[in-house]
Amino acid sequence: MSDTLTGTATEVPDYPMDRDSRCPFAPPPQVLEMGEAKPLSRVRIWDGSTPWLITGHEVARELFADSRVSVDDRRDGFPHWNEHMLSTVYKRPRSVFTSDAEEHTRFRRMLSKPFTFKRVEGLRPAIQQVTDECIDAILAGPQPADIVTKLALPVPTRVISEMLGVPYEDHEFFQHHANVGLARYASAEDGQKGAMSLAQYLIDLVKTKMEIPRGEGTEDAVSDLAERVNGGEISVKEAAQLGTGLLIAGHETTANMIGIGVLALLENPEQAALLRDSDDAKFIANAVEELMRYLSIIQNGQRRVAAEDIEIGGETIRAGEGIILDLAPANWDSAAYPDPDKLDLTRDAGQQLGFGYGRHQCVGQQLARAELQIVFHTLLKRIPTLRLAVPLDEVPFKHDRLAYGVYELPVTW
Amino acid sequence: MKVTVDQDKCISSGQCVLNAGGVFDQRDDDGVVILMTDNPPPEQAENARKAAAACPALAIDIEE
Repeated sequence: MSDTLTGTATEVPDYPMDRDSRCPFAPPPQVLEMGEAKPLSRVRIWDGSTPWLITGHEVARELFADSRVSVDDRRDGFPHWNEHMLSTVYKRPRSVFTSDAEEHTRFRRMLSKPFTFKRVEGLRPAIQQVTDECIDAILAGPQPADIVTKLALPVPTRVISEMLGVPYEDHEFFQHHANVGLARYASAEDGQKGAMSLAQYLIDLVKTKMEIPRGEGTEDAVSDLAERVNGGEISVKEAAQLGTGLLIAGHETTANMIGIGVLALLENPEQAALLRDSDDAKFIANAVEELMRYLSIIQNGQRRVAAEDIEIGGETIRAGEGIILDLAPANWDSAAYPDPDKLDLTRDAGQQLGFGYGRHQCVGQQLARAELQIVFHTLLKRIPTLRLAVPLDEVPFKHDRLAYGVYELPVTW
Repeated sequence: MKVTVDQDKCISSGQCVLNAGGVFDQRDDDGVVILMTDNPPPEQAENARKAAAACPALAIDIEE
């Protein structure tokens, strides 16, 4: 027992850990080593606390789906991402991200209307058109071209902005403020400024839409939320918070997945060829799942706290202890995916955890899938000679963001 | 095969329709699961099993 006590004081590794710059697609090597030893173990985070880090695929799936695991960040022991998130915990209204059980269900269902499978299927022609327009512009422009600014950012931004009813002219404003708030170790001040500007913009937009009678031109998600405010279901502040969450989640994550996904395909030309030459919708869909498994995007873990004692993976997580579900090592768990470091578009990647799992699984996942399936396939088909314009080690990676990806991706053809 | 769904648990992920569009649908207003048939034909049985495995809210139950 005393061994354990002294052990925890000296040997608990700090989290998050750094990736190996020579293997930019891989999760941090130390996280993978921990995952090989045990599916869950203690780590030390920025505030000195020692929550559980979940690295095993099966344990992650079970805990994501376990109703004893809470996302309520007001609970003692919740492992906050950074100082900013802790300092604003009582200022932020409850949202789909921080509520449990019935309260969560109520928020979730308000957001789900534009993201049903059928609604998203109906958007495919529009996504295809936006994608083709971006690729037209790349082909007509100078070389090298930056995939991030020419394709990865504009496609999801235009799609989500139209869905939400946010004017496209404002996309640079959103890009900027979303990035400030999501920075790893964001200072309390910077994070608050970004979040407040976005929140104020959305509050104004909700109020504007509350005045517009429903009908022509109001079929968008913020109009839906405004209608619920008018109906007394939620407050303006809650509506704005929900809208902000969708907007940030809807453009930043997909954009990163497009940028680094294109890079992963360029670095695996035989896999890219399989995708380019396929017209089988099922193959293309599974290829995107495998790219999601391989890249995960959201780094530094999904944060939870145990509401009750939980026995799992040979350990006991006590009530009040923090839980960090790390998607990247769980998606690279060799027990679930043999040779996880190989990008293999032919493997069944159906249970990948890139969108999370459980009640809080990504609200926009069907939209993200449609965008990714269309963008990767169309790009490879239309520019078959696409190649990286700089050596791989000169590509700048987003080691310092909660959403992993590349800052820019110069390509030529 | 007998399929049941729990609409209270459902979180509208759409994974059921993605995997087995002939067996499941979603309500237009909030995406909550609608069961189209509780006894899918043999050619849709495997898709229904995949849908149950993929449901993040564990809202689909299948009795073989």
